[in-house]
Amino acid sequence: MSLYAQDDTALRAAQEERLRAVWKPPSGWFFRWTDVNNNRVGVWYTLTAFGFMLFAGVLALIMRTQLAVPENNLVSANTFNQLFTLHGSMMMFLFAVPMFEAVSIILLPQLLGARDLPFPRLSAFGYWSFLLGGVFVGGSIFFNAAPDGGWFMYPPLTTRTDLSGIGADIWMLGLSFIEVSSVAAAVELIVGVLKCRPPGMRLNLMPLYAWYILVVAVMILFAFPPLIAGDLLFEMERLLGWPFFDAAKGGDPLLWQHLFWIFGHPEVYIVFLPSIALFAMMIPTFAQRHLLGYPWIVLAAVGTAFLSFGLWVHHMFATGLPKISLAFFSAASEAVAIPTGVQIFAFIATLWAGKVKWSTPLLYASGSLAVFVIGGLTGVMVAIAPFDWQAHDTYFVVAHLHYVLIGGTLLPLFGGLYYYWPLITGKKLSDRLGRTAFWIMFVGINLTFFPMHLSGLEGMPRRVFTYPAELNIGWLNLASTAGSYLFASGVLVLVIDLALSPSRKKAPRNPWNAGTLEWLAHPDDEDWGIRSVPLIESRYPIWDQKNFVAKVDEGRFFLPDAEEGRRETIITSVLDAKPVSVIRLGTPSVKPMITAVALGSVFILTTYHLYLAAALFGVVTLGCVLWWLWDTAEIPEKPEKPIGHGMTMPLYLSGPAAPGWWAMFITMMADATAFSGLVFGYYFYWTIHPDFGAGFDGPGSAGPLLALACSLGSWAATVAAREMHRRGGVTAARGLLIAGAGAAAASIAAGLGSLDGLDPKANVYPAIVWVLVIWTVAHAAVGIVMQLYTLARSIAGKMDPAHDADLRNITVYQHFFALTAIVAYLTVGLFPEAGL
Amino acid sequence: MRRWLKRAQRLRVTLWTLIVPPTTWAVHFLFSYLWAAVSCAKLGEWARFPTAFAIGTVAALAVIVVSGIIALQQSRTPGDVAPHDEGTDVDRLRFLAYSTLLLAGLSFIGVVFTALPVLVLSDCR
Repeated sequence: MSLYAQDDTALRAAQEERLRAVWKPPSGWFFRWTDVNNNRVGVWYTLTAFGFMLFAGVLALIMRTQLAVPENNLVSANTFNQLFTLHGSMMMFLFAVPMFEAVSIILLPQLLGARDLPFPRLSAFGYWSFLLGGVFVGGSIFFNAAPDGGWFMYPPLTTRTDLSGIGADIWMLGLSFIEVSSVAAAVELIVGVLKCRPPGMRLNLMPLYAWYILVVAVMILFAFPPLIAGDLLFEMERLLGWPFFDAAKGGDPLLWQHLFWIFGHPEVYIVFLPSIALFAMMIPTFAQRHLLGYPWIVLAAVGTAFLSFGLWVHHMFATGLPKISLAFFSAASEAVAIPTGVQIFAFIATLWAGKVKWSTPLLYASGSLAVFVIGGLTGVMVAIAPFDWQAHDTYFVVAHLHYVLIGGTLLPLFGGLYYYWPLITGKKLSDRLGRTAFWIMFVGINLTFFPMHLSGLEGMPRRVFTYPAELNIGWLNLASTAGSYLFASGVLVLVIDLALSPSRKKAPRNPWNAGTLEWLAHPDDEDWGIRSVPLIESRYPIWDQKNFVAKVDEGRFFLPDAEEGRRETIITSVLDAKPVSVIRLGTPSVKPMITAVALGSVFILTTYHLYLAAALFGVVTLGCVLWWLWDTAEIPEKPEKPIGHGMTMPLYLSGPAAPGWWAMFITMMADATAFSGLVFGYYFYWTIHPDFGAGFDGPGSAGPLLALACSLGSWAATVAAREMHRRGGVTAARGLLIAGAGAAAASIAAGLGSLDGLDPKANVYPAIVWVLVIWTVAHAAVGIVMQLYTLARSIAGKMDPAHDADLRNITVYQHFFALTAIVAYLTVGLFPEAGL
Repeated sequence: MRRWLKRAQRLRVTLWTLIVPPTTWAVHFLFSYLWAAVSCAKLGEWARFPTAFAIGTVAALAVIVVSGIIALQQSRTPGDVAPHDEGTDVDRLRFLAYSTLLLAGLSFIGVVFTALPVLVLSDCR
């Protein structure tokens, strides 16, 4: 294709026709829901999360009504427990985190000039999992079966089945299912940011939103898995009676607090940073200049991400840990104020240096900063252990966390809603209604939550369904209740504004005159994402690059066509965004939805103790996954294709250059983190309890070491298979895969054999040994499935020495499996022998 | 010295080198926490001036300072014009190096913060 070929309008029309055909959404009352395009899945995701937010908000209003006057009896104590538990859990798990994923699924491809994210079907799977899990957890309150142990579900209250009903299981299993979808989204977003940037968008030109998303997605990988590990232990205790948190049998309820808060504190930043990222997009637009201090913002994002993992114990200051430990966490809690402050100063400086256009989104942004800073300051106060001991579990903490979350997450999201609404619908929201809503909310928020500082200091504990008149905090609570209704009416104005939107006329393209790529979107947008994938030379290409918009629209950049009738996007290198290949993307399919339903059934049936049916659906889920995978990593009809400007790109990638390899690597990082949560449990018991394991037989050394040897055999066979295969030895590779599967099967037998005679219900020692061994054994089993799957791919002609992505990907899995086996079997087999 | 600094300028810079200073902070932090937890639980005391803790802190600070010095050199790589926000090799290098330098600063403060309590507190109560 010559440089001037795109001058031909007939050619352009033909290209557009082909692109339109390829990206045509599915239709029909059912099949329209099988769409996987990020524009549509992202919008469903956002609306669903918004709906859950409104629902959880109504729960809060009921609570505030109950607390309006002393000794009120609007709701019972039991209902009140369900209300606050569900309110917190839904706001965190069904609104804040999914909302970030939803918004990112919409925005990220646009920001990166990509046609879609690398795994569109994975996004759809994440959405359906989220919807199912969310309805299951949220709907439980209508059956008086909602969880009632507080959003952090401390045992032993929640693990003892005589003290808490099925709600605890619903919480654990329903939210575990949603955590799976969060990890799926994190994989998608990390690979998207690292591999799907447009040519020329080096790391230093990346929109800051993408930097934040990268950081937050990586945080999810390290924060969510400890909770998944905790959930596993928790359900083992509830369903099988393994005493992980039961002090009478050597367990320790504090372990849950550690695992929960290793997740729970980074979680705060996981919901805060993406909202701040919206500011990083809005503020340059309304200051009409480049953002000041780009590397400082990267410092803030990366620095916050790291430090946030050193804060978890500040939720546990009152648990009696050694003061020296508390001091470490107090120090880290103070240090995190530095990067948080840096980014706020960078925003203020940018506004100061620019010509500010005082718009509705900017009003929300600045208002939320004010609210957030108040929450931040009380955060510094409670980070100091002696103060925390006074304020712990009082309304002071309730006030603090709501200031942080409303200022740091909710209001910025509303600002983002006003800013990005034209991008998604082509229409602007009303400035008048938007400002009215803002001021009502702003006053409402402060009226609700500021008095809580005082009622907390007066001694009102959190989570009480009523309080005596003698405490003299009735007027403070009445103010909070009035404020909450004001706040809710502000939200109502905003909802009315959204509801009026369909009747309004379309806004011009790029209505805020922004400089970043996402504003290439046209009010009458097509489904193909971007007409041609641009060459990026600036952080604000629409402002800085000559004729940029016209060139994109006329298909003068890369990949302006869909000659083969396939959905495609460009893959580039991590650091410098040099194009390396074109990949074919997933098309609309029922597979993600069916897989989500099958996996959801496993969790839901387990909740009701229908283990046989749950196991059956587990097999169905496995079948669905294999059915889904079978179409992936296909060998293309030709090795490469032109993408314009004389460049030709391969259509197949394997190994570390390929998105699939990265997805496997990232998933396994999350998996290894979950495993380290379990290992932490083992050593935690050993550290805290001098009599850990005393009087109970261990698995000995022989069994675990034999299992380890067999596991390493499986790993070695897979690595050898990859090398033989690469050199053309297909038959030898197939033989090695079979041998690897055999070795893994032997490791399962040896692993399970070593558990003989250990009763996991008797004491925490055998129980934790069981969990470590079962985790490893389950991984061996998954490894066998992968080895046999790869063998089948080879025999079916879907893999050959030049196209070996499957084999390379399962080798990554085997590396992690080998590591897991080493740690698990040495811990259970050799550590007790050390006699420490 | 100057020759070493020149050589430092040519070291490879990636996303992995960016996170060397904060990773050092994380390792030091984890080490401090675990060590305090284990010695308080197993020995029942925490030494007045724990030597291993001091060595570990100095080592962590040394790694952070060295990575900061390398980053400082790299962030001054000559070529291209200010404000260094173009899509060129030099500007990309300068950006990553400068971000690493900033993270080294933050990590240094973080490690010092973690070490401070040990100077003041000495027991496990």
